[in-house]
Amino acid sequence: MVHLFKRLGYNIAVDTASASVHVLDDVAYEAVSLFDKTEEGELVAALAKKFGIPTDDAEECVADIKELVKEGRLFSEDRFRPDVAALSKRSPVVKALCLHVAHTCNLDCDYCFASQGKYHGERALMSFEVGKRAIDFLLENSGSRHNLEVDFFGGEPLMNFEVVKRIVAYARSREEECGKRFRFTLTTNGMLVDDDVIEFSNREMDNVVMSLDGRKEVNDRFRKTAGGAGSYDIIVPKFQKFAAARGEREYYIRGTFTHFNPDFMKDIDVMLSLGFDRLSMEPVVASPDSPCALTEEDKPVVMKQYELLAERMIEKNRTGAPFVFYHYMLDLEHGPCIYKRISGCGSGTEYLAVTPTGELYPCHQFVGEKGFEMGNVFDGISEEGRKIIADFKRCNAYSKPECEDCWARLYCSGGCAANGWHSTGDVNGVYAYGCDLFRCRMECALAVKAAEAVHVS
Amino acid sequence: MKRIISLNTDLENSKKEGGCGECQTSCQSACKTSCVANQKCEKPAK
Repeated sequence: MVHLFKRLGYNIAVDTASASVHVLDDVAYEAVSLFDKTEEGELVAALAKKFGIPTDDAEECVADIKELVKEGRLFSEDRFRPDVAALSKRSPVVKALCLHVAHTCNLDCDYCFASQGKYHGERALMSFEVGKRAIDFLLENSGSRHNLEVDFFGGEPLMNFEVVKRIVAYARSREEECGKRFRFTLTTNGMLVDDDVIEFSNREMDNVVMSLDGRKEVNDRFRKTAGGAGSYDIIVPKFQKFAAARGEREYYIRGTFTHFNPDFMKDIDVMLSLGFDRLSMEPVVASPDSPCALTEEDKPVVMKQYELLAERMIEKNRTGAPFVFYHYMLDLEHGPCIYKRISGCGSGTEYLAVTPTGELYPCHQFVGEKGFEMGNVFDGISEEGRKIIADFKRCNAYSKPECEDCWARLYCSGGCAANGWHSTGDVNGVYAYGCDLFRCRMECALAVKAAEAVHVS
Repeated sequence: MKRIISLNTDLENSKKEGGCGECQTSCQSACKTSCVANQKCEKPAK
């Protein structure tokens, strides 16, 4: 399958099965679009006539396309379905945990999918004993994997900072003897960020995700204290100090856009004006009847923002002030292998969430949801948990009829199981709205890559 | 005349070298909500 599209003035062809990407001029774009349904001589004549070019020029263009086909980089056949079956027979290893160290929060964000951090349950903080056992569970179940990941999540994880520090110290103490390397991530609302947090994070956290929605009025609409005051004026100076102190280390300013700010490019611009240069802006996770849920009417507005964002990125790249947008980071040459593209994010198989009391769930978005508890870190995966693993193992682009004709299936791996479950009641379901946004994002990301390549050439 | 610029050079080939599982779990990176396109291969060097 070849996906042809035009974005930001670039003509682009994506060969789905090989993951090859090509930028085309108008003649080549026309030629590729007709290539598999037109006889060669007829195609050459049609190109020469339509574009007023010499016949030998049109022949050369068609010959270039034939060469790419021969190399398996255009119109290549997708032969990966048997690999999916083989992969599903492998025994899964756990390589990442989302540690819910705090099911409580010092903000009261109306749109929080975690119900103000409590996940439909009681307020709770993880004890060191549970955290230590979670680390041991990960070490025991990670097979030969060297890189292990732990995200400190909540609620607000900094409300349990002393335990976070002890868990990290314990994990570090086990690295050498176990032949493992832990990569830690912290996701925070910023309210408790201070010099101690910054110093510790710069020493131990591979990545820090800082929640900020952009414009002050947008951020403070939802991200409020329990007393109803906005958080913007408190967290922005803390995040600015934190981000500056990160140096070359990874961080993301991570915003949420909702029905109230589908024009989120204005929020991105605010983030840039505040000096942040590593950004992520995500659609809200909300039930369709929520006032903040994105609507069909919002969709074209949101898609326009992705285009504006791509244009801004190209402009900033050329003026020497580049920034990173998470979804536009594409490594076209050394990106994920086919096995990663088939297996997706790994939720429910190699990535699990741990509650403050040690229960295991397929990922942070399933925590507290009835029917998704998989056991606990003390007793291991339960019988029910094994059934859940089997369910999640079959979540991929090759198990969903909707993905068969989608050019982006090996970029998204069939999408997010939680989104699928929320929208269809099936973890293997498809959240069609999210698919539309994903395809738009991918086209824009590829257009940024095209701009870089054309600028260089 | 060059009418095609290829941005890269084949997932079929990645079968031979891929599958080590050392790459980052995508949900641990930045978004936590709309998760593999943005991942890097982290296969250890031989």
